[in-house]
Amino acid sequence: MSLSTILRWFTDPAHWTGDNGIPTRLSEHLQISAESVVIAAVIALPIGILLGHYGRFGFLAMNVSNVGRAVPSFAILVIAFQIFGLGLTPVILALVALAVPPMVTNSYVAMREVDPDIKDAARGMGYRDLASLMRIELPLAVPLVMAGIRTSAVQVVATATLAALIAGGGLGRYVIDGLDQQDYPKLVAGAILVAALALATELAMAGLERLIVPRGIRLLHRPQVARVTAFKAV
Amino acid sequence: MGGSLFLEAEQPWIIWDWLFAHVQLFVDALVQHIELTVIAVVLALAIAVPLGVVAQRRRAFRNPILTGAGILYTIPSIALFAFLVPYTGIESFTTAEIGLVGYALLIIMRNVIVGLDSVPPDVIDAASGMGYRPLARLLQIELPLALPAIFAGVRVATVTTIGLVTVTALIGLGGLGQEILTGLVENFRTPLLVATLLTIALAFVADLSLAGVQRLAVPWARST
Repeated sequence: MSLSTILRWFTDPAHWTGDNGIPTRLSEHLQISAESVVIAAVIALPIGILLGHYGRFGFLAMNVSNVGRAVPSFAILVIAFQIFGLGLTPVILALVALAVPPMVTNSYVAMREVDPDIKDAARGMGYRDLASLMRIELPLAVPLVMAGIRTSAVQVVATATLAALIAGGGLGRYVIDGLDQQDYPKLVAGAILVAALALATELAMAGLERLIVPRGIRLLHRPQVARVTAFKAV
Repeated sequence: MGGSLFLEAEQPWIIWDWLFAHVQLFVDALVQHIELTVIAVVLALAIAVPLGVVAQRRRAFRNPILTGAGILYTIPSIALFAFLVPYTGIESFTTAEIGLVGYALLIIMRNVIVGLDSVPPDVIDAASGMGYRPLARLLQIELPLALPAIFAGVRVATVTTIGLVTVTALIGLGGLGQEILTGLVENFRTPLLVATLLTIALAFVADLSLAGVQRLAVPWARST
C-alpha cells in the first residue's frame, strides 16, 4: 500500500460527508468515549479516594486493576452485547467496566501517597476530616488521580474502536469494514485515524492535567509522575 | 455450529453437550494462545533488557527512547494490527507478533530502567572500589539487583499480552480470541463464555507461575 493510495482516500471528498464520513464517525467515537469516561470517573474516583483516605481495602483497590488487565476487553464487549443486544448500552457498559479499575487503583495510591506529616499538620491546625480531605489531601493527590483518568481515557478511546464489531459507530467502522471487505486503503486510513485520536486524547489529557494541577504541587513533584498502572486493554 | 438455531430461544450460556464434543477446538485455541504469548514475551525480554540498559546508561538516549516508547504504547493495538495487514499479511504470525512483541517490549523496558535506577549509588561505588569493571558490575551487581523490577515487568507484560492476543482474532489468529469472535459472529454463547473464562484463567495461571519462578530466582525480594 503506497502513501499516495492512502492520501487519495483521505482527500476523497466522499469520505468527509454523510453518515459514514469522517466527521460523523469521529463525533460518534468521541461521544461514546466521553460518556464512558465520565460515568466511570463518577463511579471510580469516590471509591478510590475514600478507600485511600481511610486506608481500607487496600488489597482490593490495588488488585482490581490487575484483575481488569486479565479480562480481555474484546470479550467484555461481546458478552455485554449478548446480554443487552444492539445499541449503545452494551458498548458504554463495557467501556465503563474497562475504565473503572485503573481509576480506582490510581486514586487509591494517590491518597495513600499523601505525606502523613502533612495530614498531621492539617489536623493540628484544626482541619476536620472532611476539610482535610477536600482542601489538603485531594489537591496533593490530583497528579496521580489525573494519571489514572488519562490511562483510562486512552484505553477507552482505543477500545471504542471495537464497538464497530457489534454494529456500533465510531472510527472502528473503517477498520472493521476495511477488514471485512478487504478494502485496504479504508483499513489503513481507519488505523491511522484511530491511532491519531488515541495520541490526541493522551495529549489533551496531559493538557488538562496541567490546567488542574495547582502550580505549587506541579513544582513540588518530580517532572514525570510515573503512572501506577501500565494498562493496555486493546 | 449453533448459529441461527439459537437465535430466538433463550440461549443458555453453556451448552455442555456441545462443549464436551468440541474440547479439541479449545485445546487448539489455547495452544495457539500460549504460543503467541510465549514467543512475544521471550522476544520482548531479549530486546528490552539491552535496550533498557542503553537507555538507562546514556543520558542522550534516555528521553528519546522513553518518549518514543510512550507514543508507541499509546497507539491502540487494533490500529497497529490493521495498519500492518496490507504489508505483512492477514492471518500472519508476523503481523501479530510485531504488535505483541512491541507492546510487551515497552512494558519490560520501562521496568528495566526503573530497576537499574533503583540500584543504590553506594552499592555501585562499593563494586567499583572492589575492582569491578563496568560490564562485570552491570552483569553481576546491577542487573541482579534490578531483577525484582524486571520480573514485575515480565509479569505485567505476560498478562497484558494474553489479553492482546484475543484482539488478533480480527486478523485471523487470536488463539482463544478466535472462539470469542465465533461466539459473536454465530451468536453462540458457549464458545464465547468458555473462551473468555479460559483466557482469564490462563492469565492468572501465567501470573502465578511467574510469581513462583520469581520467588525461586529472586529469593531476597519476597515482598511481591
